[in-house]
Amino acid sequence: MTTDTAVSTPDLAGDSLAREAWRRLRQNQAATLSLVLLALTTLACVIGPWLTPWGLDEVDWNAFLTAPSLADGHYAGTDANGRDLLTRVLHGGRVSLSVALVATLVSLLIGVLYGAVAGFLGGRVDNLMMRFVDIMYSLPFMFLVILLMVVFGRNILLIYAAIGAVEWLDMSRIVRGQVLALKRREFVEAAHALGVRGHKIVTRHLIPNAIGPVIVYVTLTVPKVILLESFLSFLGLGVQEPLTSWGVLISEGKDMMETAPWMLLVPSVFLALTLLCLNFLGDGLRDALDPKTR
Amino acid sequence: MPGYILKRLLQAIPTLWIVITLSFFLMHLAPGGPFDGERQLPPEIEANLLATYHLDEPVWKQYLIYMGNLLQGDLGPSFKYKDFSVTELVAQGFPVSLELGLWAIGLALLIGLPLGVIAALKRNSTVDYLVMGAALAGVAIPNFVIAPLLALVFGVFLAWLPVGGWNDGQWQNLVLPVVALSIQQIAYIARMMRASMIEVLGSHFIRTARAKGLTEAEVIWRHALRPAMLPVVSYLGPAVAGIITGSVVIEQIFGIPGIGRYFVQAALNRDYTLVMGTVVFYGALIVLLNLLVDLTYSALDPQIRHDD
Repeated sequence: MTTDTAVSTPDLAGDSLAREAWRRLRQNQAATLSLVLLALTTLACVIGPWLTPWGLDEVDWNAFLTAPSLADGHYAGTDANGRDLLTRVLHGGRVSLSVALVATLVSLLIGVLYGAVAGFLGGRVDNLMMRFVDIMYSLPFMFLVILLMVVFGRNILLIYAAIGAVEWLDMSRIVRGQVLALKRREFVEAAHALGVRGHKIVTRHLIPNAIGPVIVYVTLTVPKVILLESFLSFLGLGVQEPLTSWGVLISEGKDMMETAPWMLLVPSVFLALTLLCLNFLGDGLRDALDPKTR
Repeated sequence: MPGYILKRLLQAIPTLWIVITLSFFLMHLAPGGPFDGERQLPPEIEANLLATYHLDEPVWKQYLIYMGNLLQGDLGPSFKYKDFSVTELVAQGFPVSLELGLWAIGLALLIGLPLGVIAALKRNSTVDYLVMGAALAGVAIPNFVIAPLLALVFGVFLAWLPVGGWNDGQWQNLVLPVVALSIQQIAYIARMMRASMIEVLGSHFIRTARAKGLTEAEVIWRHALRPAMLPVVSYLGPAVAGIITGSVVIEQIFGIPGIGRYFVQAALNRDYTLVMGTVVFYGALIVLLNLLVDLTYSALDPQIRHDD
């Protein structure tokens, strides 16, 4: 956690929340570096597979289990079937990152709706809805997700939905708390008193104030989701051949680590680096968006 | 206090019931059954088998039978490990998983707490940055990446420790899985401890203690440590859950005969009763541990009293 030592000058013009946060984020070197690295990784995974000379399932009959080398074009070596590892890691990255994106959106959608409704309605409904969340919290979810994958087969759409359906609990709590706290604040009352219309209060006052924690939490959900997907893939319950993901590749690499350590190291580095960057970025965003540290 | 415990235990019943019911119907929705093995059984034998285990009944009836047996403490026979009941399998695997988990939690506290305190005391120094950087890496890197890497370095390259196996819990076999399981928890605990220690050190009663003329060591040991540990205690519930799920992977990687390994195998084999047994067991365990954590919390924090 880096603390911002720079004192921001009081800006009388009144910057927008987004611009202010962006400026503070850029002062955080670790977060900026993470953002750049993440952008590069994403770019590599999206366009990389077209640039490498090998296909996802293409077998190079001259190179089985060869170590990384610049000479033969297998920059990260090959696996036991003579497939180019770099190509596979980039393809796997597409799957892992797409799961991260979609599953996070699913959890965001469920969590925000559920939390906002509970917080807005309040009273008995709120009580009931939050009791339900409490019960969900105490379920051993990992086991249910594993069961789900076993039951319905290894289908990527199901992975999106299952992971999203598991990760919405924290989001709903955060949003509910925000809505509950904000709807009684003085500035909302003041807006009412000044005759601001209801929808205007929601868009001008409630949403901008609630969105900070949500954004921060989304950044922290993404690594969790990637982790869950690779955990499932590692256990052999994730995506299916010919698709691959970082978890699948790590699992394959683990079995070959004594003869071909690069098969374990390359996907591990990609996964670990991505997760690390996302965590740094999340921390940085929290510092940048938290109104209390302003 | 006893009233509070009773209330919590009663609240646990619906939770457990939901877990059991959900997993039961999920499991039975799965295509295929426990006896669709590689060898085709003669129809009469298969019918007999299904009848013995009530698998020919409608699912809701199977559910009632299962719940009835469960209430009498009978988890049923395993379909795959023919000569064992699920209770026996759980009783066999649990001590192994428990030993692994206890060591991992112990190690996490033993290393995580002091690291967090040191980082808080040396705030914004090189030590602090090093510890917190390492902790962030520890949070970010999953245990199924760390575990094979540890095995690769210490088992294969250096050949100091065995790559896998249990060997009746010899310490050489314990080291790598325990370390792999605890690294993430060490990192979480260190981060949490640092944050709460910094907050506590800035509070009024610490200033009072210093003003009394206590040495810095006394201030920290007698006044700051206990309140600073509260968030860590409340984190122990999730930590235990994390170690339990982690052990599913770790036991598989290191070939350790605990319950975690059974679970995935059993689900893939459609070994209904063993899957259910594991879920029931872990569900109950997590609920109980959460209660224990809450009780510890109130023992540490005099502001929280569980009155009835």
